[in-house]
Amino acid sequence: MTPLLEMRDISKTFGPVKALSGVSLTAFPGEVHALMGENGAGKSTLMKVLSGAYVADPGGQILVNDAQIPTGDPKQARECGIAVIYQELSLSPNLTVAENIFLGREPSKSGFVNRARMHARTQPVLDRLGIDFTAGTRVSALSLGERQLVEIARAVASDARIIVMDEPTTSLSSRETERLFKVIEGLTAQGIAIIYISHRMEEVYRLADRCSVLRDGTYVGTLDKDALNARTLVSMMVGRDLSTFYKKDHVSHDDARHVVMRVEGMSDGTLVKNCTFEVHEGEVLGLSGLVGSGRTELARLIYGADPATSGTVTLNGQTVTPRNPRDALRHGIVYLTEDRKALGLFLDMTIAQNISTCVHERDAYRGGFLNFRAQADRATKAIRDLAIKTPSARLNVGALSGGNQQKVLLARLLEAKPKVVMLDEPTRGVDVGAKSEIYRLIDTLAREGMAVVMISSELPEIIGVADRVLVMRDGEIAGEVRAAPGKPVQQEEIMTLSTGAAA
Amino acid sequence: MSDTAKPENTNASAERIKATIRALGMLPVLILLAIGFELMTGKFLSVNNISIVTQQASINIVLAAGMTFVILTGGIDLSVGSILAAAAMAAVSISLIPGWGMMGIPAGLVMGLIFGLINGGLVAFLGLPPFIVTLGALTAVRGVARLMGADTTVFNADLPFDFIGNGTLFGVPWLAIVALLTVVISWVILRRTVLGTWIYATGGNQEAARLAGIKVGLVLLFVYGMSGLLSGLGGVMSAARLYAANGLQLGQAYELDAIAAVILGGTSFVGGVGSIWGTLIGALIIAVLSNGLILTGVSDIWQFIIKGLVIIAAVALDRYRLKGGART
Repeated sequence: MTPLLEMRDISKTFGPVKALSGVSLTAFPGEVHALMGENGAGKSTLMKVLSGAYVADPGGQILVNDAQIPTGDPKQARECGIAVIYQELSLSPNLTVAENIFLGREPSKSGFVNRARMHARTQPVLDRLGIDFTAGTRVSALSLGERQLVEIARAVASDARIIVMDEPTTSLSSRETERLFKVIEGLTAQGIAIIYISHRMEEVYRLADRCSVLRDGTYVGTLDKDALNARTLVSMMVGRDLSTFYKKDHVSHDDARHVVMRVEGMSDGTLVKNCTFEVHEGEVLGLSGLVGSGRTELARLIYGADPATSGTVTLNGQTVTPRNPRDALRHGIVYLTEDRKALGLFLDMTIAQNISTCVHERDAYRGGFLNFRAQADRATKAIRDLAIKTPSARLNVGALSGGNQQKVLLARLLEAKPKVVMLDEPTRGVDVGAKSEIYRLIDTLAREGMAVVMISSELPEIIGVADRVLVMRDGEIAGEVRAAPGKPVQQEEIMTLSTGAAA
Repeated sequence: MSDTAKPENTNASAERIKATIRALGMLPVLILLAIGFELMTGKFLSVNNISIVTQQASINIVLAAGMTFVILTGGIDLSVGSILAAAAMAAVSISLIPGWGMMGIPAGLVMGLIFGLINGGLVAFLGLPPFIVTLGALTAVRGVARLMGADTTVFNADLPFDFIGNGTLFGVPWLAIVALLTVVISWVILRRTVLGTWIYATGGNQEAARLAGIKVGLVLLFVYGMSGLLSGLGGVMSAARLYAANGLQLGQAYELDAIAAVILGGTSFVGGVGSIWGTLIGALIIAVLSNGLILTGVSDIWQFIIKGLVIIAAVALDRYRLKGGART
């Protein structure tokens, strides 16, 4: 059988970063080809090359039915029957199913939309997929799972032969997932090839005919259905040397240490379910899990940034349960956001103002007048202590590099004299040098007796820095992996817990 | 060391020149306009005319100062003209009560403050969009103003605080003094207090401000309250100047001049960037344009057209400045 799709030797570089190097992938008609890998392994980049969103580096080839197509041309890719269904759906909720399916290519006559024909052409597609809502249904009335089916119907209606699904089940219930699988089986029976990106082992076992694994932008290997097993897959996804630039001088393998913060039964009704854990004095607690597993949401609940439906936070034996961020700060709980530009910094304000944001009130003279000397002193000290590279504290923070911006935000949190520091992806978008400085800072905080909770998607990072790792899956704490003297935290254990491979 | 320091220095001085131009903002435009009108008419820069211009500008300066607070948070207050009318009605009506004369001033101020706080409460605690809230208030408060005088004009020929509208102190009109004091106090609040920092932070990034423990609700309540209070002050000034108030006509479309002054002054419509000095200059530009166009004999109709075009040009400039700003 000739392959329907062949990607040969695809590389993609962004500036100095090599996101993909020499990856190849084939898909046969009627096949479900699973694509696995850690966050950041290059799966999404590869699919964006396939869909034409990115141009591949010279030398890479994409062949559909043995005919080469140019990369970086979304229109051509679509015409060759390639359709990608992203995690964030791209439907207009105010329009009907049929209108969405024909969005941008409405059947029309001299400018007037032929609605009847549009519906008449949509309904057979829906029927063929075994979908039980009609072409005239407004998308806003559909559940997330049903909206996904609309996306699939759109792909089918445009004669797609190769459909890529990027973690389609992330926000689906188990019943919706089951229905999606039925639809996928129907599609493959019609000779359509599915490239199925997922982190969940059970789905891959269930659906995939073959499974390819990427790691750090390189192709690791492909397993046939019979050869699929959790141990092999996890080791293919992980198997990487721990680099040495993590710094861990603090030691905390001791449960007898004072519990600083205890979180009990934290839920928000949707994304976080009944999470309970403790963090000790002088400990770095890692919070791991796949993107979307509820880590950020849990931290925001603890910080009082979002309303919790239930749960308590106890600080040094006293129940505090912050109702809002202001409350949390007052009690000494701080949170470093994962999105420093959108949720952290004031880009039009100076470095000094950004560092003192949380303590302006405390420093102020009577009557609420600003204490500029205190502000300048704090800025000078923070710039020195955290080695923030800037000619002046009066520069707008927007002019700094990512790493230095992150340090400014960290400085702001530390000015609040916290007892518990929650860091959400503290090294995201930060260069290597600043990364190791941030690791050293985390280590120092722990040595000084602070309780640190660090959320990270990078396994080596979390293993290099944390004493103990909680793994979240589907909003719950799926388990704990801990280091012991002489035995660091094992990546495989974390992967196993976060993908549910053990189940 | 020295060879690397040098280009940085030229960079720094270029940066400083850019920063100075940004800080000066529309001041050169104001000066050029004044010189231009002087050359055209020969009487624009007379002491008498400047006194008239400042008096004409004063009420708009006060309203625009309040508007600056609101726009710095990324909001808008469309109700200032209506609140001004209601406050003026309250001020004149109370001054007519025997023995209460001077109480007209606090009456107008409190009236404005209350309406402002209602706006602020709806925006801050019900999360309603400022445009909608103050658009509603624009209409509703106008109705209240008409209601207060039973839809007639109220007069008080013996207004005890008429000096505010018509008197001078050492030759300077009281109206101008009140306006300047308003600007100075606004500057102190915005640049010298914690609250001011919070206003800029809320406008710069509201969600980040909330996550940093800033009382965003309080900030919003304050800025709309301040805008209402200053509209009340504008009402008192207006009543003092006219010895009268009319709920229907007073303050019509004043919100547009106030917004125009703020935007001309370089305050960004999305919030977080701007200054009260810019607003002062913006309001003066509008007053100079009005006065100068009258002196040069341009018809009333053309005055509207020219003023409108100037405002659009200023917003274009605002976008250009944001793009050329230090943000990278």
